[in-house]
Amino acid sequence: MKEETVQKLKDNGELFAPGHRSCIGCGEVLAVRQVCKALGKDTIIANATGCMEIVSSPFPTTNWLVPWIHTLFENTAAVAAGIESGLKAMKRKGRGPAQDVTVVAMGGDGATADIGFQALSGALERGHNFIYVCYDNEAYMNTGIQRSSATPLGAMTSTSPPGKKSIGQVTWKKDMPAIAVAHNIPYVATACPSYAADLVKKVKKAKETPGPAYLHIFSVCPTGWRSKPELSIELGRLAVETGIFPLYEVEQGKYKITKNVKELKSIRDYLKSQGRFRHLTDDIVDQIQQQVTEKYDQLRRKAEM
Amino acid sequence: MSKRVGTEASFAIADAVQLADVDVVAAYPITPQTHIVERISELVADGDLDAEFICVESEHSAMSACLGSSAAGARTYTATAGQGLELMHEVLYIASSCRLPIVMNVSNRALSGPLNVWGDHSDVMATRDCGWIQYFTENAQEVFDLTLCAFKIAEDPNVLFPVMVHMDGFNVSHVVEALEILEPDDLKGFIPPLNYPHPLDPNRPVSMGCFGPPVIYTECRKAQEEALRPTKQTIIKVWKEFGEKFGRHYNPVETYRTEDADTILLCMGSFSETATGAIDALRDKGVKAGLIRLRLWRPFPFEELRSALSSVKNLIVFDRALSYGGPGGPVCSEIRSALYGARQRPAIVNFVGGLGGRDVTPQQFEQMFTRAQEIIANNLDIEYEMIGVRE
Repeated sequence: MKEETVQKLKDNGELFAPGHRSCIGCGEVLAVRQVCKALGKDTIIANATGCMEIVSSPFPTTNWLVPWIHTLFENTAAVAAGIESGLKAMKRKGRGPAQDVTVVAMGGDGATADIGFQALSGALERGHNFIYVCYDNEAYMNTGIQRSSATPLGAMTSTSPPGKKSIGQVTWKKDMPAIAVAHNIPYVATACPSYAADLVKKVKKAKETPGPAYLHIFSVCPTGWRSKPELSIELGRLAVETGIFPLYEVEQGKYKITKNVKELKSIRDYLKSQGRFRHLTDDIVDQIQQQVTEKYDQLRRKAEM
Repeated sequence: MSKRVGTEASFAIADAVQLADVDVVAAYPITPQTHIVERISELVADGDLDAEFICVESEHSAMSACLGSSAAGARTYTATAGQGLELMHEVLYIASSCRLPIVMNVSNRALSGPLNVWGDHSDVMATRDCGWIQYFTENAQEVFDLTLCAFKIAEDPNVLFPVMVHMDGFNVSHVVEALEILEPDDLKGFIPPLNYPHPLDPNRPVSMGCFGPPVIYTECRKAQEEALRPTKQTIIKVWKEFGEKFGRHYNPVETYRTEDADTILLCMGSFSETATGAIDALRDKGVKAGLIRLRLWRPFPFEELRSALSSVKNLIVFDRALSYGGPGGPVCSEIRSALYGARQRPAIVNFVGGLGGRDVTPQQFEQMFTRAQEIIANNLDIEYEMIGVRE
C-alpha cells in the first residue's frame, strides 16, 4: 500500500474502537475497521447476528462509535431498509439528522447467502439507498465452523467433515456477487482487507452511488480455516493472486477487474497453508484448480465486454 | 368536525393511521389484513399520507423494517394476521425488548393446518408472551378509536412499548358499519409528535441490541417486566382522555349487567357483541346472567378482573383458541390463575369454540349457561368443552 494511503487511513480516525474480542488474525474485524474508516461518522450500521456482533457488543460495552443496531440473524437488510425509509420520511417532514446519512447493513456469509438471503434480495429489489456489506469467512464461525453455502468445495467444517465417503464440502461456493448483479443494482464489488486502498475506494464509491450497493469482502478466519494468524494478510493476497477471490467491481452492470492478475498463481500454496484443505487429494485439487481458472476466464471475458 | 360515515373497519383503521401522520408503513399482504394496507397504499399514492410505504417480501421483513424505522425515531406502523403474525414471531420480541413504539393492527386469524383464513385467536395466543401491549376491539368504531389511542400509548415516555390492536378477522375487519371518523382538527394535540429518546442518530451515537450474557440477561428481563406492568396506568389514562374528549369510553375490563349476576360469561373480541344478545334473552327468562368483555390482554388487568368477579358465583370463559394437550382455552387458563389466590372465587367452566371462522349463535351462548349449570351442579371434572362440533 502507498504510504500516502496508509497515512490517510490513519488520519480518518477510528469508528470501530479497539478492545473488541475477536480472534488473533481475524480478517473480518480488519475489514470492518477499514469499512468504517471509509464510511466516516455520518453512518448508521445494522449488524446481523454473528462473530462481529458478539465480539463488539457484550452488554454494557460497545466498540461502535457510529450508531449501531443488532436485532436478529436473517433480517439485517430489512432493518437497514427501515432505517433508510425512516430517515427519508423524517427528513421530508423536517425531523431527524440534518446531514446525509449512509445506511449500512453488515452480515457474514451465513447471514447473507443463507438465512438472510430473502431479506437481502427484497431490499436490493426495492432499491433502498443503502450499502450491504458481506464479510465472507466461508462458514458459520460464530457457532463453531459449520458449512454455509459460501463454503468452498472440499473445505472441512464441523458439518462438512471429510470421511470415507466424503471430501468435506461437496458443493461449489455460491456466487453472491453475481446474484447481487442479477438484481440490476447500480454498484457491486468484491474486496479484501489485504488490499486496503482498493477496499476503501470501493466503500466510498458505494457510499456515493444512489440506490443499493453490495460489497462482498473476503475475510480470512485463522480459527475456522486452521491457518496461522500471522498469515491472514498474506492468505488474502494469495486468494486474489490465485484467482480464488478476484477483486472486481460492477458499475451499472459493467464489469471491471480492479486487481488484474496476468498469470494466476497455482492454488496449491493457498490450500496447503490451511488445515481445512489438508485432506484433499490431488484429484480434487486439480478439479478446484480447473474451476478457478475457468471462472477467472469468465470474469475476464465479462470485463472485456 | 367529526363525520358519521358507513365504512369498512379496515378502511377506518387506514383513516386512523392517516390521522396519526405515520412516517413509515412496512407491510406484507395477508388475508384478512389486506384491506388495511391496500387502503394505506392508496393514501400514500394520492399524497394524502406523507409516509414511506415499504412493500416488503415477507412479514418477517415487515416487522424487521419496522424495527429499523422506529429505532431511527420515525412513527412506524404495520398490520398483519394469522400466519403473518407467526412469521414475525421472533421479531416481535426484539421490538418490545428494544422498547420501540411500533403500532400494529392484527386481523385475528386461525393458524394452519389445515389452511384457514377465517377468524379465531390462535395467532394472538401464540404471541402472548412477546412483551407487547395487546388489546382487543369488537367493532369498527372501537378499532378506529383504539388504533388512534395506540400511537399515544406506545409513544408515551412512560411506556415506549409496541402496541398490538386486535380485531377479529372478517367478523370485524371486513364488516361495513356506521361509525364516527374524527377529523384532524378534532385530534389537535391528542397525539403529540414522537420524540424517541435515543434514536439511531450520527450526532448522538448509540449501540442498540447489544448481546446479553448470563451476567446481565436476568436483569434485562426484570427491567422489561417492571417497565411493562405499570403501562396499564397510562393505557387507562389515555382511554380516559379519549373518552372525555370524544365521548366514547374504554376500560381494561368492560362489564354488562354484572351487578347482581349469579353467572358471568367472559369473552374477548367480537363475539362479545353476540353474547350481549344472549345475556338479554337470559335476563328476560329470569336468569341472572352478566357479561365481561376482556379488553386489555397485556399487561393483564388483574385488579380490574378480580374486582369485577369479586362476588359472582359462576364464571363461564369462552375461548377462541385451544392449547393442545393443555388446560383448554388460553384465556380461561389465565383467568383461573388470576383468581386462584382470591379469597372468594367463582366456579369456572371453560368452553372453546368459534374456531377458524365457525359462527357462534346467541342460542349457543344461552346453551353454555345451561351446560355450565350441569357441570357445576354435578361437580363434573371437565377441563373444557368444545362447542359446535359436528360429531
